[in-house]
Amino acid sequence: MAEIQDNGGEKKKGKQKKMNIRVDFTPMVDMNMLLITFFMLCTSLSKPQTMEISMPSNDKDITEEQMNKVKASQALTLLLGDEGKLYYYEGEPDYKDYSSLKETTYDADGLRALLLRKNYDAVMKVRELKQKKANLEITDEECKKQISEVKSGKDTPTVIIKATDKSTYKNLIDALDEMQICSIGKYVIVDIAEGDLFLIDNYTSQGELSKNAVS
Amino acid sequence: MSRAKIQKKSMFIDMTAMSDVTVLLLTFFMLTASFVKKEPVQVVTPASVSEIKIPETNILSILVDPSGKIFMSLDKQTDMAATLQAMGEEYGLTFTPQEVKKFSLFQTFGVPMQNMKSFLALSTEQQDKILKDQGIPCDSTDNQFKSWIRNARGVNRDLRIAIKADQNTPYAVIKNVMSSLQDLKENRYNLITSLKAAPEE
Repeated sequence: MAEIQDNGGEKKKGKQKKMNIRVDFTPMVDMNMLLITFFMLCTSLSKPQTMEISMPSNDKDITEEQMNKVKASQALTLLLGDEGKLYYYEGEPDYKDYSSLKETTYDADGLRALLLRKNYDAVMKVRELKQKKANLEITDEECKKQISEVKSGKDTPTVIIKATDKSTYKNLIDALDEMQICSIGKYVIVDIAEGDLFLIDNYTSQGELSKNAVS
Repeated sequence: MSRAKIQKKSMFIDMTAMSDVTVLLLTFFMLTASFVKKEPVQVVTPASVSEIKIPETNILSILVDPSGKIFMSLDKQTDMAATLQAMGEEYGLTFTPQEVKKFSLFQTFGVPMQNMKSFLALSTEQQDKILKDQGIPCDSTDNQFKSWIRNARGVNRDLRIAIKADQNTPYAVIKNVMSSLQDLKENRYNLITSLKAAPEE
């Protein structure tokens, strides 16, 4: 829709006709807006987040002993139950005493408080390093390197995550998430054993099962 | 009293500047566009504080829906075609070039090998309709999922595996997927999550 306007009848002889050529851009803008809307709706601007995880290999060469090498005093076993329930025991479980298994939640004052307490030194060190990085005292790579060193330090707890079949994927991610928040470097996801299922049943029935087993 | 004469003026707004702006925006969106993939099932990923971004290329994503159906997708069409042929050899099926081409255009796939031929013969709309009821079998008797992963890995060594599962998926299904991956010695993989703000420390 180009419009050509000439400036009335004030034409002077000899002078070149001055033409005012204006192109109407409205349809062009309309079309562009449409295309923009299309692209805005069809793109996913934020890339999905991921969590990197390495699992132990299924190799049969690794004997049971090697797997249980973790020092009992530093081991914490999490049992992910159904309906968002979460149980844990420290070190070796006592199958006779139902109260050796404790129940906690995925909330900040549940699992996180527990892990922060267990991993107090490492968490403090990591925070210190992050603070240093924020103050530009150390470089990014250096910070990462030192954090990973702290995480794999000798006295940090090892967390064993055992999920029951009834727990959901969200529970697993929540548990893994807490590992990251609490700077726990050593954690492993393993299949649940008969004994652990017994512990949960025993706990929910307040020790009925172990009583029956003894008598 | 004579009425004030309304001057007739052609209102002409100059749209050139506006057009400039829109074209600029359009260019920006076109260049940054990465299209949302069409997925057969709606999956709500759980949130985590992890801030690692997923790489863009060489991704083998595994989609797990709440009822435990498994779908897969590869980001390169050439990989898709080669994987299908490798799978065909394993299961004694031969695919015509047309079928391979059709398959390589899929964004997400997940059909048992037995039904693959008949599935490929359907029209796109019908495929979309029935795909969500299919899924790759992944149990101890018929673990086609494992074969898919193995063949995809054989085609492209640099593949990174990403699992995208719904937050309500029972762990039993995830365990199945994870142990299949472990059997193949795929011990490093990514779990896709959505972002949750890190807690105040």
